[in-house]
Order: sequence, then structure tokens, then C-alpha cells
Amino acid sequence: MNTIKFAFTGLKRDWYSGELRLIGISILIAVACLSSISFFTDRVRRATEQQATELLAADLVLIASAKIKDEYIDKAVRSGLIVSLNESFRSVVVNGDKLELAEVKAVDSNYPIRGNLKTSDDLFNEGQINDAIPTEGAVWVDSRLLQALQVSLGELINVGAAELIVEKILTYEPDRGGDLFNIAPRLLMNRADLDKTKLILPGSRIKYRLLLGGQSESIDQYREQLKLDKNDNVRVQGIKDARPEIKTALERAEQFLGLAALVSIALAGLAIAMSAQRFAVRHYDNCAIMRCLGLQQRQITQIYFYQLMMLGLICSLFGCAIGFFAQEGLNQMMVGMTQQSLPKPSWRPVLSGIFTGLITVLAFALPQLMRLRKISPLRVLRKDLTPLPLNNYAIYTLAIIALVLLSPWQSGDVTLTIYTVLGLFLTAILLAVSAKLIIKLLKQLQPKLKMSARYGLANVSRRSNQSVMQIMGIGIGVTVMLLLTLVRTDLLAGWQNRLPDDAPNYFLINIQPDQAEDIQAQLSASLNNPIQLYPMIRGRLTKINDNHVNPDDYENPRANRLATREFNLSYADNMQKDNRIVAGEWWPENENSENYFSVEGGIAETLGIKVGDNLSYSIAGQEINGKVTNLRWVEWDSFNVNFFVVSNADALMDYPSTFISSLFIPDSNRSVLIDLIKQYPSITVFDIDAILKQVRAIMNQVVRTVEFVFIFTILTGIAVLFAALQSTHDERTHESALMSALGANRKQIVSGLIAEFLLLGMITGVLSAIAASIIELALAEYVFKMEIVINPVLWLVAPLVCSLIIVTTGLIGTRKVLASSPMLVLRKT
Amino acid sequence: MDSNSNNIVQAKALGKQVSSPEGKLTILDDINLSIKQGESLAVIGVSGSGKSTLLGLLAGLDVPTSGKVSLNEIILNDLDEDGRAHIRNQFVGFVFQSFHLLPGLTALENTALPLELAGSEQAEELAKQKLADVGLSERIHHYPNQLSGGEQQRVAIARAFASNPKILFADEPTGNLDQKTAQRIINLLFKMNKDNGTTLVMVTHDDALASLCDRKVTMAGGQLSEDT
Repeated sequence: MNTIKFAFTGLKRDWYSGELRLIGISILIAVACLSSISFFTDRVRRATEQQATELLAADLVLIASAKIKDEYIDKAVRSGLIVSLNESFRSVVVNGDKLELAEVKAVDSNYPIRGNLKTSDDLFNEGQINDAIPTEGAVWVDSRLLQALQVSLGELINVGAAELIVEKILTYEPDRGGDLFNIAPRLLMNRADLDKTKLILPGSRIKYRLLLGGQSESIDQYREQLKLDKNDNVRVQGIKDARPEIKTALERAEQFLGLAALVSIALAGLAIAMSAQRFAVRHYDNCAIMRCLGLQQRQITQIYFYQLMMLGLICSLFGCAIGFFAQEGLNQMMVGMTQQSLPKPSWRPVLSGIFTGLITVLAFALPQLMRLRKISPLRVLRKDLTPLPLNNYAIYTLAIIALVLLSPWQSGDVTLTIYTVLGLFLTAILLAVSAKLIIKLLKQLQPKLKMSARYGLANVSRRSNQSVMQIMGIGIGVTVMLLLTLVRTDLLAGWQNRLPDDAPNYFLINIQPDQAEDIQAQLSASLNNPIQLYPMIRGRLTKINDNHVNPDDYENPRANRLATREFNLSYADNMQKDNRIVAGEWWPENENSENYFSVEGGIAETLGIKVGDNLSYSIAGQEINGKVTNLRWVEWDSFNVNFFVVSNADALMDYPSTFISSLFIPDSNRSVLIDLIKQYPSITVFDIDAILKQVRAIMNQVVRTVEFVFIFTILTGIAVLFAALQSTHDERTHESALMSALGANRKQIVSGLIAEFLLLGMITGVLSAIAASIIELALAEYVFKMEIVINPVLWLVAPLVCSLIIVTTGLIGTRKVLASSPMLVLRKT
Repeated sequence: MDSNSNNIVQAKALGKQVSSPEGKLTILDDINLSIKQGESLAVIGVSGSGKSTLLGLLAGLDVPTSGKVSLNEIILNDLDEDGRAHIRNQFVGFVFQSFHLLPGLTALENTALPLELAGSEQAEELAKQKLADVGLSERIHHYPNQLSGGEQQRVAIARAFASNPKILFADEPTGNLDQKTAQRIINLLFKMNKDNGTTLVMVTHDDALASLCDRKVTMAGGQLSEDT
């Protein structure tokens, strides 16, 4: 017997008779939802990355301290990439008797490849996008340089040997935030004038950059094939190696989208499992007859396996097609909301859609259909012979394995996956156990209730196992819906709150110790807000536990770099509020008997530093030793001043230091800044407003995406509700017809259903609220590392909303049941 | 429609047509039938002859496409589904071939269901009494799948008589039972029918069973003929 052919014929027959449609539609909806999410998130991810590339001014940057070799450039040109070269260096810029050290950047006409320059004709003005670069013989300078040199637009200044006209005020340069703390006033010039400056001399400290732009595939390919000669000392910076706050934002974005995708799979799986169970029950007789006619168990397994694979493949393909069109619609909706149209999606979502569709259908439907092989041929004689029910633990284990298998594919985040899957599993258990208990308790109330309520409660309690399954199924759906709402509102609010409108927009650096007190008092008074100044001492790490720190010992390029450069160290009695101890303990206040260090967790991991280690730093030619008492988690994307290494006050207080501060100055108050610069010309002011705006734009885009994805997930959740109702549809139809034959009127039947759904809704709502809160707390604590306050309104709203959803969906889902004729009881035997 | 106080059921020029791919299909054609209070009537005929359809129309489970049917002097055609449901609850009991017990309910709960639907305060007590009448006092808390076919049908009979109906419709009541059990069920059904003074309308293939009834009618090709 050709089982494949038999399976295909069966598939067609079952599809046309409607038997398989429920599973098929579940796969279709699931894959459509999933692939639209994938397509859309793929595009948003690309857009987000693109936006983030603005901070590099390119898709990829090669940075070197010597002229970048032609072979790297030629290779990029051959790969069809856009190429732009620039040189940056520090140089004193002169206007008459005014001298100022400036960060000079000489660019070519392709600069910037990503993002835009902004210029203005007025001081401290936001400026307009300028697509050009300084013309030959001209420079663009930032407000600070303009002020420091007391020069006006159109006047001449000297850069090295060249005399150049100040053409514009430079207000924004996409990639200027490379190193926040070493920033000097900015000057942008044309590369063509570089030779005239005569500043490029052997031994000059110049950073050479090769900016590259192009299709992400070409960029990835270029990067992969790039065989850097170690001696060239070339550093590669892609979007993910860029600024830590952008890296965090992107990782978060992927986490949120991954979470939504994972939840969709779980919901789809539930819908499929419920539909498959119904399909299996309806096929008992068929299988019994086939077994009776000589079909082997193995062949039954094969037939249903092939059917599922075929169904999975066909429906996944259609699902992907629907998903593609759905995300196009989403894109259209996004056009007005985003500044730029989204890039085209890749084909990866199709592959992941089909893969996910197949794995989901196999993991969730196959166990149900495998029961059919256990059908006794004796069933043709005795209808009550049904196969043993499935071992629930086995089903859930398989489902969890499938989710874990699929999760890295979807979310790319193992921690998030483990927590989410574990959360879903625990939720299922919590829901099942609690539901069983609640139903048992409620049954005591039954005799005291009126007819409809009693019939509804009886329906729930008499079918207690099925009710538990339904509560569990719907409950998981609602829990994840609630969880997403919570994640969306609480976590994102938490996340965005860390970048409130009054997030610091200026850094003041190079504040001398003798100026610190006056500046702090002056700024605090004029901004009506206490300003915090932090001491900053530069030191090089020389030893970890008596082992000399040698850059060559570190293979990790970041560790290598960190071992080479000077750190910004600070000292404090107390830890900063937005830091958190991850290992060890903060030293007691005013405890200065020894030298203590607190090290940022990430850098500690990179350099292999542990609590209890002794570190030696070389500061201004002196060596200082201290013990690491704790490791800290630092919220880099807060834009507050933070340090990799902090010591207790006595350890570093006597070393040469400067002070640094971050502060928020509203637009209306910028004169404060101008006055300050006039009074203390040595202070360097760094404007991070523009970068902040970019980071915030990326975050907003992520929030919007999560909201869209959230809508899809709710749709999948509703599909689960329908599947749950469908699973009892036959039974309900029969019961309804029988009740009607026995004299129940429509109102009695509807009231009974409403009472049943209301009860299910209330139980589900309360349990889901509990489950969602627990998972949210766990996610906030261990994954997103934010503080969350559980909203008590949830406990009221969740049962109400659940009841509303379940009663409405329930009545819609059972409308055919209500329309069933009592004649069914005579026709159906 | 003429009313006759002795007739619990009266059908006049009853017809039922359904749509099929081949056009209109006549299932029942011009059926005239009167059933007296307390009478027992057997409807016999081959499969597909329209027996069950006739039963459904007489019991108010379905509506005719032509003609009229009255039950306890109430014309069913004039009522909507809820109105007919009320009539069924008040006057009608059913016994089906495949028992049709609600699987999630115990024997007692199944039996009490029509009483609960009617809003009876003593549903449980009355149901227990009926279960005792059919000899199932010991099994009232059993679920249908814990009962044999014969026992299930006895629960169905207890349920059918629970609300003291005026008329009992039985659709092949022994069709799913072995001969010995079937005989017991038939005896029980007729005894209960006699004790309660109920009218019995029974659809069956079984001539022997049909001959136990006071009257016998035969359905063939959608038409009814009275056997004498």
C-alpha cells in the first residue's frame, strides 16, 4: 500500500469534509501571524540598524592609527560598497591671539554615508540638514569653537598652515559621539585642504577612518572576508560594536520582538493541539474500520504523519504569503509614523515560517493523532472503546522542547527563551492546579444557585477535566496577552522612563578641582536643581593579582584595547543610584583603612577580574593598589555619568583629577551654558542632545513595533479561544440539541452558556493576572533588570476583560451550537 | 384544525420536503394521523422511509413544510422553537436508540435534567424515584460510560418519565441492545407507560415489538398506511 498516496487522498477528503480545516486554519493563522511578525520585525530590525548606523555615519567603519591600506579600500570598491575616507586629529586652531584645541575632521564628499550633517548660521541653534560638506578652503565649526575663538561666520581662521573661512556652524555630526570624554570643540574641513594644513606629519596622532556603506549582505560578506593584518592595528566597528547604549537598545528590541514571536508560537501550538484533539476524536471510527480492514498501526502512524507534514507545508506556505501581505499593510500604516520607509524584507522569514509551521504542527498535533494508532479494531463493535488518554506530561514536555527548539530561531536569546518557556510551563501547571481547586470549591455553591448559573457551573464542574484544559489553554493565552500588555506598558515605560524628557543633554568635562565648587553652586542655582560633579582620574591598569597586564595576553579585541588604554577612574563613598551590585558588597561609608575598587561587571568579565582580586593602577607615574570588593551593573543608556572603576574616597582623592558632570539644560535656558563657557573657558561642554534624540527615536520605533506585534499576538490568542471552543463544539451541539429536545428554551441554553463562559472567564482572569504578574516580576528582575511595581488595577481589570472576551468569543463560537435543531438527536446515532 | 379531546396528537396533510443537489426531495407526503390519549402506536418501515422524520414532526422537534400538527390540542405550527421547547418540556418524553445521555452527567443528573429545565424544586427527589422505578437505585451516581447499554437505556427511560409526560416518543428504543436486554427494556417501557397512563409512539423495525402496541402504522416512500 502506498501510504503517501493514501495520506494525500485522505488529506483532500478530510479537508473538503471540513475535518482538517481547523488544524489547517490554525497553522495558517499561526504562520501568517508569525511570518508577518518575522517579515515586519526583519524590516524594522533592518530599519533600526540602519538608523543606528547613523551613529557610525556608515554601516561599517575601519579605524586605524596609520593610513588605511589601499587593499582594504580596493576590496570595498570591488564589493560595490560606498567608500568614504576621513582623518581626524587634535590641533590648535587660531584666530588672531585666540587659540583653541579642536578635534579636526577632514572628510570627502561621500561623508556621511549614513545620517546627515546639520548646520546653522546661529549659535546654539538646532540647525538644518546639510547634504554638502565644507567647500574647499572653508570649515564648519561648532558653537563652542566659534565662541572660544571669538570668530564670526565668513571670517578666516588658521588650521595648521592653512587659512580657511568659517562657512557654517556645525550643529550635528552623526558619528561625533565616538568617545564622549575626550571630546574637544569640533571642526569639519574638506579633505582636499588637508595637505595645505601641513599637519599630517610622521608621528602625528591621527585617526584614519574608512567608512563603508552598502547592502547588509555585502557588508557582512566584506566583514567576513576581511583578513586584517595584526600589524596594521586596524579596528573594525559595525553597528553592534558601536556605542554601548545603541547596542543595548538593539538587544532589547530583539528581546521584545523575540518574546512576542515566541508567545505567538506557543499560542498557535495550543490552538493546533486543541484542534488536533478534536480531529483525533472524530477519526476514532475511521481508524477502527481501517484497522479492522487490516491496516497496521505503523501504517496509521505513517498516514497521519504524512498528512500533517503535507498540511503543515501547504498551510505554512499560504500562511507566509498572507503574512507577507499583512506586513505590507503594516508597512503602509507605518509610513506616516516613521521618517523613512522600511527596507525590503529578506526571504529568511519564509524559511523560518515553514520550519516553525512544521515543527509546531508536529509537536502539538502529532501526539494527539498518534493516539489513533492505539484505536482498537474492536471499536467497530463497541463504540465506547476509546484509546487511553494522552499522558499530559509527555505532551507538555514535547511542546516545551519544541518551543525551546524554535525559540533561538525566533528570539535569538537563550535567557529570554528559558525564562519564557519556563514561565509558560509553570503557568500551565499553576493554572491547571488552581483551576481544579477553584472548580472543586465552587461546586459546593452549586445547590444554592439559580437554574442557569447552576447549569453553567455544572457544565464547568461536571466536565472538570475539560474545563481545566480550557482554563489552562485560554489562561495561557490570556496570561501572555496580559504579560505583553504589562511588558509593553510597564517594562517599556520603565525603559523609557530612564530616558525621561529631562535626561542629561550636556556633559561638562575638564572642570578643574578649584573650579568645581563654584561651578556646582552656580549651575545648581541657575538651573534650580542640585548638580552633581564627579571626580575623574586617568589611570592605566598595570596588574591584576601581581600579574602584569599585557595587552598581548588577551585574544578578545575589546580586552586587548582595554588593557592598552587609560581608564577614567573615580572615587565615591556611596554607589550611584542607577548602579547595582552584582557580586560582592559596597564598602561601608567612610571606610578608608584600605584601598577598595568597584568594577563594572562587563569590563570585569572581559578582563577576567573577580571580587577579591588586587588591582594596580598607574596614575601620573605612581602606582596604587586596591582590592576589588564588588562588581556593578551599570545602566549605560541612562546618559548619567558612570565609571568602569570607582574607588573609596581616600584611595584616589589626592591624585590629580578633573571633574565631570552631566546635566539637563532646557532649550530656554541655554544662556546659562553660554555664560558658564565665558566665565570658565577651559571647561569643555559636550552636547549630547542630538544623540539622545536618536536613541529615543530608536526606542520609540521599537515600542511601536512591539505594539503592532502585540495586536497580532492578541489575534493568535483569540484563535486559541476559538480552538478551545471548537474542541467541545460537537459535544455542545449534541447537548444543546438534546436539551432543546428535553424542553429547554433558547434563553435557558444561552443563559447556561453565558454562566459557563462567565465563570471560566472569571477563573481564567484571576489566575492569569496572578501568573502574568509573577512572570513579569521574574522578567523584570532577571532579564530586563528593571524595577516594576505590580499594578493592583490588573486584578480587577483582568477578570472583567477575560470574562468579556470569553463570553463574547464563546457566544460567537457557539452560535452554530445554538442553531442546532433538536432533530439532531434523532438523526445522530 | 378539528379538535378532538381524545386525541393527544393530530396530524393533518403533513408534508416535509428538503433541498438536495437533485432538487426538492419529498420525505413525507400528505400524512394524516390521530393518536388517542393512552394509546400505543408503532410506526414501522424500512430505513429511509421517513419514520424518524414523522416522529420529529409529531414531537415538535421539527416543523413541517406543509400541513399541521397539534399536540395536546396545541397547534405546533403556530409556535416558535422556544414555544415548542416549552410544549416538549411540559408534555413530551423521549427514549432514543442511542440513549443520548449527557456523558458528563451522572445517572441522577441526567434524569433530573428535564425537571430542572422545568424549574422543579424537587428535581433530585423525583429523579431518584424514577431511577428506583427502573431498578437503578444503586447506580444513581454512575456516569453513562460506567453503565451497560441496557442500564443506560433504563436511565433514559427514567428521564423520559421523570416529568410525567402525556406522551412518550421512542425511536428504535431497543436498536442498540441485545435481544435479552431489549426484551427487559420493552417490558419496562410498556409497564411504565401503563403505570403512568402515557401515550406511546414508537418507531421500530421490529414487527414483534410493533405488535405489542395497540396500533401499527407503516411508512413507505414518505406515505403512511394504517395496518389493520
